[in-house]
Amino acid sequence: MDKILVGLKRVVDYNVRVRVKSDGSGVDTDGVKMSINPFDEIALEEALRIKERGDASEVIVMSIGSGEAQQQLRTGLAMGADRAILVQTDAAIEPLGCARIFKAMIDKEGDVGLVLLGKQAIDDDNSQTGQMLAAIWGRPQATFASEVVLDGDKARVTREVDIGLETIEVDLPAVVTTDLRLNEPRYVKLPDIMKAKKKPLDEVPVAELGIDAGPAIEATAYEPPTERGRGVMVDDVAGLITALQDKGLV
Amino acid sequence: MSKILIIAEHNGSELNPSTAKTVACAAEIDGAEVHVAVLAANAAAIASAAAEVDGVNKVLTIERSENEHPLAAVLAPQIVAMADAYSHIFGPSTTFGKDLMPHVAALLGVNQISDIMSVTGSHTFKRPVYAGNAIVTVSAATDATVVATVRTASFSAAGGGNSAPIEAADSNADIPSHTRFVSLQSGKTDRPDLQTAAKVVSGGRGVGSSENFGIIYALADKLGAGVGASRAAVDAGYVPNEMQVGQTGKIIAPDLYIAIGISGAIQHLTGIKDAGTIVAINKDEEAPIFEVADIGLVGDLFQIIPELTDAL
Ligand SMILES: Cc1cc2nc3c(=O)[nH]c(=O)nc-3n(C[C@H](O)[C@H](O)[C@H](O)COP(=O)(O)OP(=O)(O)OC[C@H]3O[C@@H](n4cnc5c(N)ncnc54)[C@H](O)[C@@H]3O)c2cc1C
Ligand SMILES: Nc1ncnc2c1ncn2[C@@H]1O[C@H](COP(=O)(O)O)[C@@H](O)[C@H]1O
Repeated sequence: MDKILVGLKRVVDYNVRVRVKSDGSGVDTDGVKMSINPFDEIALEEALRIKERGDASEVIVMSIGSGEAQQQLRTGLAMGADRAILVQTDAAIEPLGCARIFKAMIDKEGDVGLVLLGKQAIDDDNSQTGQMLAAIWGRPQATFASEVVLDGDKARVTREVDIGLETIEVDLPAVVTTDLRLNEPRYVKLPDIMKAKKKPLDEVPVAELGIDAGPAIEATAYEPPTERGRGVMVDDVAGLITALQDKGLV
Repeated sequence: MSKILIIAEHNGSELNPSTAKTVACAAEIDGAEVHVAVLAANAAAIASAAAEVDGVNKVLTIERSENEHPLAAVLAPQIVAMADAYSHIFGPSTTFGKDLMPHVAALLGVNQISDIMSVTGSHTFKRPVYAGNAIVTVSAATDATVVATVRTASFSAAGGGNSAPIEAADSNADIPSHTRFVSLQSGKTDRPDLQTAAKVVSGGRGVGSSENFGIIYALADKLGAGVGASRAAVDAGYVPNEMQVGQTGKIIAPDLYIAIGISGAIQHLTGIKDAGTIVAINKDEEAPIFEVADIGLVGDLFQIIPELTDAL
């Protein structure tokens, strides 16, 4: 296969506990640590391993977002991607728009054998983009992957589903979305960060692609979740059983 | 008026309880007419179970041998062929629905709403974002089909006793052959299903090994509980993936949840926010799980759990 395209979304780091703004207009992301969506790091790691095994010639990382997403793309280049594309937009793009942008870039690139995305972005928790891309591209989707085995023009993918592990076979090109147990992403080494500065990072204004983002799902108000308060502490097993009995649970 | 099509989840012979929860969500939309679509190789038994669910007005079946396994690429075109008659198409927010519904939405050219947790109006819903740290109200366009998944932990299953009519639907949609089922590896268990159990006992990294998980199972069996785990316990290989509870595992709402040797990372807590009573057992009194636990006990799980199991 020629190229693997990997999606890298810039999201609030998974360790940050975000808070809803007091006016309900959104969540507070000022000065908050931003990172590559953890599932996307796993997607990139998988792409790099496939290339290192000799099954692909080029790994391209792509992000849709503001200029700040360059940071995450540079990290992706430092991990080992060959080049990066930033589809530049300051507006929030919903999954259908993202999927159509990925499709436009696939058409532009040609020879994309595999698109690796995360199973979900941990900000909006949508879990849609990969499935939507597969639908509009008319190619197979293998979501929630915990193992990907390439075999010529096919791939065998094991998927983490509610009832266990499902294995499917897909023809390539295909879209695969990653689950947490697919691999453990490598650490970036300092010399690689230096090298990454010289790798190509193309910027494409989103307007150039002429994307119709579809009817919007409008976010009208944000609120904090109902908090669970701290309950009672018991001293021993007897105390625990009494507390459970009081609630009629045992 | 809202006409809602719900895609039934099943395992080839039985209706999954997620379907009745999705019906419960749809029924909250004023004046909704609710149809359930059963796409299967053999639909009869599943369709009659769906017809019994309260609030269902009609069950539509599409029987095709290709529907033996739930592949999104195979099911989606058949659903799209039925879509014209409906204002809404809903599926459960299980791995089945999450895989399928965005594919359906994209074929219809619309965005999708993930994880509806409450209904505000026919086109306005609430859903969690940022691992449940914020709840957002979203509005879908009124001139396009609303495609959505329903967060099953937020709705109690609609009751039974109904007898909706069952009809065969047109099944001529072209379906691709580029995606093929190979195998399913499913841990058979006699324990209650994690997603519907009234009681769940979960173990984390603190349990230490798959052998040690024996004490978790023993407690669960004493309580008649389902068994879950943290991601760390799954990653370490103590238990299989289908037991993971949390943001990226199963979101559950049992009456009783007992977290044992689990620190309480936000990704884990997302999965248990709707539990009735949370019990935490952890040797570290500073563990964040105690901030959300209704009943906490500090101590060594290897002493506490066998003692608790014996005492019950
Ligand atoms: C994108 C993303 C998604 C994630 N999704 C999930 C998810 O869906 N579900 C999930 O669970 N996690 C998820 N995680 C991981 C999460 O951040 C935590 O790493 C994980 O939940 C920790 O598991 P744990 O509590 O078992 O382990 P630890 O955090 O290591 O906690 C172990 C606990 O056991 C206690 N302990 C140890 N020995 C004993 C003993 N003898 N007696 C009593 N207590 C003892 C310790 O005090 C400690 O509190 C996700 C992470 C990321 C980045
Ligand atoms: N703005 C974006 N830039 C790059 N990749 C994205 C973007 N949005 C979504 N993706 C990819 O699609 C996956 C699923 O996102 P979502 O459907 O939003 O949960 C992510 O893990 C990314 O791989």
